[in-house]
Amino acid sequence: MSGSPPPALEVADLAVDLRSGGRTIRAVDGMSLTLDAGETLAIVGESGCGKSVTALAILRLLPQRIATMRASRLRLGGEDLVGLSEEEMRRLRGNRISMVFQEPMTSLNPVLSVGRQIIETIRTHRGLDRAAATAEALDLLRLVRIPDGERRLGQYPFEMSGGMRQRVMIAMAVACRPAVLLADEPTTALDVTVQAQILDLLQDLQRRIGTAMVLITHDLGVVAQSARRVVVMYAGRKVEEAPVGRLFADPRHPYTLGLLASMPRLGSSAAHGPRGRLREMSGSVPVMDGRIEGCPFAARCAHALDLCRRSAPEPVEIAPDHRVACWRAQERLEMAHGRV
Amino acid sequence: MLRYILKRLLMVVPVMGVVTVVVFVLSRVGPGDPVTIMLGEFATAEQIARTRTALGLDLPLPAQYFAWLAQTLQGNLGLSLFTRKPVLELIAQSAAPTVLLTLCAMVYAVLVAVPLGVLAAARAGSLVDRAVMAGAVLGFSTPVFVLGYILAYVFGLRLGLLPVQGFPGLEAGPVAVLRALTLPALAIGATFVALIARVTRASMLEVLNEDYIRTARAKGLRRPVVLLVHALKNAAVPVVTMIGIGFGILLSGVVVTESVFAIPGIGRLTVDAIFRRDFPVIQGVVLVMSAVYVLLNLLVDLSYMLFDPRIRY
Ligand SMILES: Nc1ncnc2c1ncn2[C@@H]1O[C@H](COP(=O)(O)OP(=O)(O)O)[C@@H](O)[C@H]1O
Ligand SMILES: [Mg+2]
Repeated sequence: MSGSPPPALEVADLAVDLRSGGRTIRAVDGMSLTLDAGETLAIVGESGCGKSVTALAILRLLPQRIATMRASRLRLGGEDLVGLSEEEMRRLRGNRISMVFQEPMTSLNPVLSVGRQIIETIRTHRGLDRAAATAEALDLLRLVRIPDGERRLGQYPFEMSGGMRQRVMIAMAVACRPAVLLADEPTTALDVTVQAQILDLLQDLQRRIGTAMVLITHDLGVVAQSARRVVVMYAGRKVEEAPVGRLFADPRHPYTLGLLASMPRLGSSAAHGPRGRLREMSGSVPVMDGRIEGCPFAARCAHALDLCRRSAPEPVEIAPDHRVACWRAQERLEMAHGRV
Repeated sequence: MLRYILKRLLMVVPVMGVVTVVVFVLSRVGPGDPVTIMLGEFATAEQIARTRTALGLDLPLPAQYFAWLAQTLQGNLGLSLFTRKPVLELIAQSAAPTVLLTLCAMVYAVLVAVPLGVLAAARAGSLVDRAVMAGAVLGFSTPVFVLGYILAYVFGLRLGLLPVQGFPGLEAGPVAVLRALTLPALAIGATFVALIARVTRASMLEVLNEDYIRTARAKGLRRPVVLLVHALKNAAVPVVTMIGIGFGILLSGVVVTESVFAIPGIGRLTVDAIFRRDFPVIQGVVLVMSAVYVLLNLLVDLSYMLFDPRIRY
């Protein structure tokens, strides 16, 4: 071991099976991530491609009755999470690794005051007394730019707007200055103007606290603004991974091409409306029930070869830090007839 | 909130008006006459007539009703035809055992049922869950008198630990009173353990699927905090409603339960009054019980505010 610190988060070969209604689907298949201390990594992909399940699996928050997970490596700041007991995991959650959820309207407890929900997080992990924890909660509200903190602490979630609630969620998530923050579509449910504020807040917090962040989104506009590296997910798998600039300049996976093509051009009027939703691409994500033989994207891909339908490609490194899981990754493919 | 309470109480007035008419009519239409019961079968016609006049029973029914209503509105429920004691005093005297028994049964039921319901929901589908649910079916379907006799046999007769029947009176002291109430409360409470445990489990199961429970876990809160603070507080409203209904069922069942355990409460007072056709007592008991029931419902509705800040009156 030389001087370089371990990555904030390391995930290798994560696979998650979910049972529902008598069937089992492989929601996440062979996901690998490395998140360096303090950096932002974006995960993008259409709805249903396994982004949330990946984050929940890392925190071990999937319902045990329906979920089975496996990983060859799962490390938080060098500490192995695989063998930890539930109690040991609990001590890490909200403390060294925390999560911000997509739905601010339903993610806060409706019958407990906002202050109580922030304070209990602080007290659980940091053992402060009530007065100290309350003072700390006030600081946190200032940190997430909620004015009039004294009054806000006594309010209930139903007395706040969606944006305010998401700020409260973020305050709780950063209460213990975590090394890793998993932000699962933190702005998707919000108005466009509020989206920008929340994104800005997250980046600002990250700089101040030094937290590394996994920013899950289906919005490439968000990615361009905030992340250093991007992982593109499709049907539970990582199909492409690259530094942001490179991904936009030289995308190699046909799915990534499609995502970029469905994004409104900067400066166009649509940039002020909802940003390019990936579902504008034709076709939809296949259900991963283990019967698909080849590349999961082959059915929607204009460039698919016979090989693609027979056998799934593994990610290969085509340039430093640029990995693509496509048989034709070495070629520069073009958009064909609006299809990928 | 005060306005809401006043409004609710005002709404009670017409209801209670109907209650007075119904109870008055029902107590008079049945066969049997208090005066013949009082004087015995050898009384002369003249004696009977004189007594009827003295008691006001010779007046036409509407006149009797309005006379009763007028005095009731002044807070006077009249005198028992037999003992000539004020009805209110009779009710007050019999209330203590009834109130204590009801409270003991309910407190016991809640203290046992809520933890069981939470546990069953937290371990849904497990052996514990199935055992609790099977116990609930058993508890619900065993009649009070069967369970009462089993408990009396085991703890009273075989083990000699507790008195089997009767009520010593408040002057015997809290220990004696509690000992006397233990077996009846256990027997009566069983049904409500079952009902409340089921409602708690169902309500908890729903809440445990909510996003904010996942948030609570993502914050690293301890499991008991997640279950008892974050989940149970959200699950409380149906549980409290069930407890309110339980009180209603207990109050309307006092006649049976008190006769099973020979407890001299409101149930006994009512039975005696019905056998003797003691109209003022019957009317008074029904009126007071209706009022208690209405207040109970109001209390239940107000208690929702304790659990859910979104509920404001
Ligand atoms: N609790 C659950 N039960 C059953 N299936 C689920 C559950 N949560 C997610 N899934 C399935 O797992 C897949 C991935 O979902 P998810 O990770 O939520 O997608 P997203 O990328 O939109 O966050 C989807 O097919 C979804 O239907
Ligand atoms: Mg999601």
